[in-house]
Amino acid sequence: MKLSQFQRACLFIAAWVILYLALEPAAGLLVSALPLPASSSTTEVIRFFAYEAPKVLLLLMIVVFGVGIVRSYFSPEKTRQILGKRSLLVGNFLAGMLGIVTPFCSCSAVPLFIGFVETGIPLGVTFSFLIAAPMINEVAVVLLFGMFGWKTALIYVATGLTIAILAGYVIGRLGVERYVEEWVYTIRATVLPQESKPSFDDRIRAGFTAVRDIVSKVWVYILAGIGVGALIHGYVPENFMAGIMGKSAWWAVPVSVLIGVPLYSNAAGIIPIVHALLEKGASLGTALAFMMSVIGLSLPETIILRKVLKLPLIFIFVGVVATGIIIVGYLFNLIY
Amino acid sequence: MKIKVLGPGCMNCKTLAHRALEAVQQLNIDATVEKVEDYQAIASYGILRTPGLVIDEKVVSYGSVPKVDEIKALILKQSAKA
Repeated sequence: MKLSQFQRACLFIAAWVILYLALEPAAGLLVSALPLPASSSTTEVIRFFAYEAPKVLLLLMIVVFGVGIVRSYFSPEKTRQILGKRSLLVGNFLAGMLGIVTPFCSCSAVPLFIGFVETGIPLGVTFSFLIAAPMINEVAVVLLFGMFGWKTALIYVATGLTIAILAGYVIGRLGVERYVEEWVYTIRATVLPQESKPSFDDRIRAGFTAVRDIVSKVWVYILAGIGVGALIHGYVPENFMAGIMGKSAWWAVPVSVLIGVPLYSNAAGIIPIVHALLEKGASLGTALAFMMSVIGLSLPETIILRKVLKLPLIFIFVGVVATGIIIVGYLFNLIY
Repeated sequence: MKIKVLGPGCMNCKTLAHRALEAVQQLNIDATVEKVEDYQAIASYGILRTPGLVIDEKVVSYGSVPKVDEIKALILKQSAKA
C-alpha cells in the first residue's frame, strides 16, 4: 500500500509524540541500569547526555519538518519581489523578517546578493536579509528552546532581528555602493519564468526533505556539542566562568565577540557548550553575544561575500554587525 | 546537447554534476556536462539559488538537486522542444 504524503505526515507526527513522551522514562531507566555510583561527576555527565541529546534531536526533527513546510510558501524570488518596492526602514524590517523564513544557504549568498542588487533593492535592505538569514535559523531556535526555554529563544530571535534591521539600515545610510564590485551592476541576467505553484503533497514532501537534509547534517554537531557541554557540566567547578565570562568582567563581551567571529561552528555545536558555560557562572549577555557572533558572522561566508564586496565594505559589514552584537551583550548584562 | 551545472563548488553542486553525467550516460545521448563555477557567469543566468541546471542555455531547475530520473525527464523534454 502506498501512503499519501498527508498520511505519512500524520504517522510521522504520531510516532514523534510517542517517542517524545517515552523519552524521559527511557533515559531514566537507562541511567539507573548502568553500574554507576548514585552521585558522582561521571554519573552526572552521562545523565545529562542521555536526557539532553535525544530530546534536542527529537525537537529538531519536528521543528525542521514544520519549518520545511512553511518555507515552501516562501522563496528568494518572491522575497525579492516583495522587497523591490519598499522604502529604507520598512524594507529593512521586511528583509529581516523574510530572512528568517526564506530558504537560504550561505553557498547561495553571492547569486542572491547579485539578484537583489540587480533588481534595485537598496544595499542596506539586502544586508538586513543577509544578516538575519543565517543568524536566526531553526536549528538555533530549537536548541535554545530545548536547552534554555522559550524565553531565551525569544530573546535571541528578537535581538537578532533588531540587529539585522538596524545594521542593514546603518549600512544603507553610509552610502557604500561604490564598495560593491563594479561588475555586479553590469550583469544583465535573463529573467526566469515563474515556478509552478507546489501542491499540498509537494509541501509535505519539502518538510520531509528538510528533515533528512538538516538532521543528517547537524546531528554530529549536536552530539559533540552536548557531549562537551556534559563534560563541562560534570567536571568544571561551579562559578569557574564567573571571572572570565561573568558580569564583573567588563571586557568579556567584546572579547567574546572577537573570539566568536572567526570561530566557525553552527548553532548545533555551539549552543550546548554555551549552555554549560552559563551554568558555570557566565552571564547571559556575554553568552548571547558569543553565540550570535559565532552563528551570525562566519569567516567562510565573509570570504564568499568578498567576491562581490570590496574589502572596505567587508570590514564595514562585520564591524557594524559586531558592534550591534556587543551592544546587545552589554544590554543584557545590565538587565539581568 | 550542452548541459551546464551552475554552482560555486558546494556539496549540492557536485552532486548535481554527478547526477547529470549519470543521466546522460543512462540516456546514451551525445551531450557534454560542464560545471560553471564563475559567479559572474552563474549570475547572468538569473538564478538566486544554486545549484542551477542549464540545458542548451535554458535554465531548467535551480535551488534543488533533482534526481537522476528527473534530470533525464528534463533532458528529454528539452530535446523534444528543439
